[in-house]
Amino acid sequence: MSGAGLAARGIAKRFGYREILRDVSLELEPGQICAIFGPNGAGKSTLLKVLACLTRPSAGEILWEGRPVKDGASLRAAMGMVGHGTFLYDLLTAEENLLFYGRLYRVGDLRRRVSEILERVGLGFAARDPVATFSRGMKQRLTIGRALLHRPRLLLMDEPFTGLDQAGRSLLIDLLREFRGGGGACLLISHDFAETLDVADRFLILNRGRIAGAGDCGAVGPADFARLYEDAVGQPPD
Amino acid sequence: MLAKSMAIVWKDVVVEFRAKEILAAVLIFAALVALIFGFAFDPVEHDLTGIFPGLMWVAYFFAGTLGLNRSFITEKQNDALQGLVLAPGDRSAIFLGKFLANWLFMTLVELILTPVFFALLNVSFKGGLLLAAVLALATVGFTAAGTFLSGLAANTRASEVLLPILLFPLLVPVVIGAVRATAGAMAGDAATAVAWLRALAAYDAVFVVVPFLVFEYLLEG
Ligand SMILES: Nc1ncnc2c1ncn2[C@@H]1O[C@H](COP(=O)(O)OP(=O)(O)O)[C@@H](O)[C@H]1O
Ligand SMILES: [Mg+2]
Repeated sequence: MSGAGLAARGIAKRFGYREILRDVSLELEPGQICAIFGPNGAGKSTLLKVLACLTRPSAGEILWEGRPVKDGASLRAAMGMVGHGTFLYDLLTAEENLLFYGRLYRVGDLRRRVSEILERVGLGFAARDPVATFSRGMKQRLTIGRALLHRPRLLLMDEPFTGLDQAGRSLLIDLLREFRGGGGACLLISHDFAETLDVADRFLILNRGRIAGAGDCGAVGPADFARLYEDAVGQPPD
Repeated sequence: MLAKSMAIVWKDVVVEFRAKEILAAVLIFAALVALIFGFAFDPVEHDLTGIFPGLMWVAYFFAGTLGLNRSFITEKQNDALQGLVLAPGDRSAIFLGKFLANWLFMTLVELILTPVFFALLNVSFKGGLLLAAVLALATVGFTAAGTFLSGLAANTRASEVLLPILLFPLLVPVVIGAVRATAGAMAGDAATAVAWLRALAAYDAVFVVVPFLVFEYLLEG
């Protein structure tokens, strides 16, 4: 391997006696988007949390730019995350939420960057509105903007299409392409097969905590993918 | 480190300014307790000076627990606490920020309510600067221990019940110190007041430093 980007080797995660992840290894290079598919409960979110150092793996190791990540300190500044929650404060405005996260990440020229991001995710008109008044889709746009605010080099996204309308989906795809174009590495959990296969470079299929399938998005057509997915999971996609 | 904590303090102050949840709950509860004490102990017939420090601190600590319970609730909504944990820098900075914000809110409440307590319990106002020092130091110990346990209890289901059960036993030294120091300050006995202030400062040091060291491990999901 090249030593750049993110690598995970032999990751296992147990909760009590239940083994949620078993021997998961992956590599993610700069300028690459890797999709993770799999049924509910497969362990996708748990894998993302382990990679984000939000929870410790029971076994295995994570490398960032060739060095082992221990408590995540080396990784955190370079990483943007979209999780199940929005990480937003409902009583703060969109702008205040971004200003807050910008301070945590010590973003330079913060006010300019915040209005730039708000425009980019199409929320310029609502900058001064409290997040509590936002629709689910607007919150998701702001969540994506928050994850990109500090110009991360690694993006971990857990079902980021949730709640987005068609325009929001196209926007997210544009942003992902732009991010990859700038040399960013992205891990993308998704149930939106068509869109995700279109934007991603590679995909993994996770089933019962194991990697049960993998492929290149460019080389696999929709019918091939459906067959691969069914082989891996035991049921067709959708 | 400090930048992260200060960002959290700023955020908590703005949120509190909008919601007024913590200040309103603590102010109203403590003021009601003062009123009830007024009826129960009949300050017109009896001189309450002797039990005044105890009454005041019981009210502040019980009321303050309501506020501490709220402190991590905003962080649990939308998984915001995960966002704080993911941000660069020590996780201890999260404790420091939340503690400073809670200390600010609690001190503000006490500044408003202490004159009210003196008036409602018909005790002449005494103590001045020494009393201010007691309020400040006792509130450090109370909010530091409280913020720590509030963070600890935040990941459990019954956090509202758990917090007082864990917190009150730990607070015994602060209660004793605060009550004795307040009594000393009110009696004009500076030597006694300062001796108890020292004890409070020692307790404060422990309850600021220990959470600071272990918060790193506390926030594991
Ligand atoms: N903190 C936890 N304690 C115990 N079990 C958990 C915990 N988190 C997740 N799990 C279990 O791990 C499995 C995988 O969950 P998750 O990673 O959320 O799946 P996915 O995101 O693929 O739908 C589920 O069966 C879930 O119940
Ligand atoms: Mg999930």
